[in-house]
Amino acid sequence: MTTGEPLIVLDKVNKYFGPLHVLQDVDLTVDRGEVVVVIGPSGSGKSTLCRAINRLEPINSGTITFDGRELPAEGKALAKLRSEVGMVFQSFNLFAHKTILENVMLGPVKVRKEKASVVRERAMKLLDRVGIGNQADKYPAQLSGGQQQRVAIARALAMEPKALLFDEPTSALDPEMVGEVLDVMTSLAREGMTMVVVTHEMGFARHAANRVVFMADGQLVEQDTPDAFFGNPKSDRAKDFLSKILTH
Amino acid sequence: MDVFSDPANFDEYTTGFLWILKLTAAGGFAAFVLGVVLAAMRVSPVPVLRGFGAAWVNLFRNTPLTLIIFFCYFGLYTNLGLVLSDELELNNFWLGVVGLAVYTAAFVCEAIRSGINTVDAGQAEAARAIGMTFFQNLRIVILPQAGRAVVAPLGSILIALCKNATIVGTIGLAESSNAMKNLINFNGDQVIPIFLVFAGTFAVVLIPTGYGFGWLANRLAVKR
Ligand SMILES: Nc1ncnc2c1ncn2[C@@H]1O[C@H](COP(=O)(O)OP(=O)(O)O)[C@@H](O)[C@H]1O
Ligand SMILES: [Mg+2]
Repeated sequence: MTTGEPLIVLDKVNKYFGPLHVLQDVDLTVDRGEVVVVIGPSGSGKSTLCRAINRLEPINSGTITFDGRELPAEGKALAKLRSEVGMVFQSFNLFAHKTILENVMLGPVKVRKEKASVVRERAMKLLDRVGIGNQADKYPAQLSGGQQQRVAIARALAMEPKALLFDEPTSALDPEMVGEVLDVMTSLAREGMTMVVVTHEMGFARHAANRVVFMADGQLVEQDTPDAFFGNPKSDRAKDFLSKILTH
Repeated sequence: MDVFSDPANFDEYTTGFLWILKLTAAGGFAAFVLGVVLAAMRVSPVPVLRGFGAAWVNLFRNTPLTLIIFFCYFGLYTNLGLVLSDELELNNFWLGVVGLAVYTAAFVCEAIRSGINTVDAGQAEAARAIGMTFFQNLRIVILPQAGRAVVAPLGSILIALCKNATIVGTIGLAESSNAMKNLINFNGDQVIPIFLVFAGTFAVVLIPTGYGFGWLANRLAVKR
């Protein structure tokens, strides 16, 4: 469900960690409502790409534009941008000293200064939606990994973001919990949420993504629809990578 | 124990210890506030502030307290004319508070900073990702979680501060160590009882303080 209207635009983005050239002239456009899955070998720069989009990681050259504006460098404007881009981490990162409900409410109340009573209602709806409504008063450590990740998604949604970034959201989960998280993500994709998803879940890529982007050694090697990419990868790197993950 | 049955001696003893408590309270409060500010500087994204915080810690943590207190008296007061009170002894008291606070803040800063380091980096990152500013992040997410790890070391710092307060006696304040020296000068036959009473008074106050902080640290550790 893409609109052809760009929301996230990366133009010739370069990023170094010391001598390591982690992002090399990366160009990428994500349209409003589009779901882009990023795959590639470990260390190819997928996380860095994801984190660059909300400037958790500053870049060295090139430009990143979100919703028509270049990313602000620091301060209040940057904080505001981040509040419009939700992020879901591999290790959940729920606030350990806050209850589940507080985790979801914190952003809208503290960052956006919304009224707690209004936010509480929205937060409970979101928790119900991800199937955690009855655990609202527990602390993160009391929940399973799959439950924590669903709360993390609810926390991101509570800010009513224009886009969601996922960095390997199911990689830290026991296999039996992967499905429950992917189900939530799939339903978000169907509803038209703009999503950039770093994942190795090929099933999700096939049925939920509009586009698959393949990264290797800091470069976007190829991108295509899921059917075309998985059915007929063009580059040797992609063929090699797919043969490795699909033969298991 | 006859020394203390003389009301004048007893008064000297209580006045001395009262000064110690006042120095500890005022110095501790100022050191805590200053230490939090310094710790915030040391973890801030601004290099100049980080440098300032680091310089403060390295300078004051590695200078003997006696020198700092002397500097407050001879440098700030005698030389630069800094007057904090018209009353002589009170002026010495406040100069002592400045010295104790400046010195102790370096230790408070490091205790808080190492507490901050015990908090998983993902916590700060998640807070940044939902749009919290640096100060919101510190206040709402990081410091409350660092608190558990900070309470016990802060207890030790407070105890050290209380004992260090006796050094202010060197710039003219009739605190406990001066009081003790005086009483010993005039009652040479009762050195040991005098010593035991003064040392015991510190122990009576400080031992429960240590346990109190330990208890608080445990309580905070449970909730999570
Ligand atoms: N903070 C960092 N400091 C130095 N090197 C880093 C840092 N983060 C990532 N790297 C390096 O950058 C490269 C890309 O990392 P990353 O984006 O995490 O890859 P991926 O997510 O695809 O596995 C790797 O070689 C990694 O070791
Ligand atoms: Mg990664």
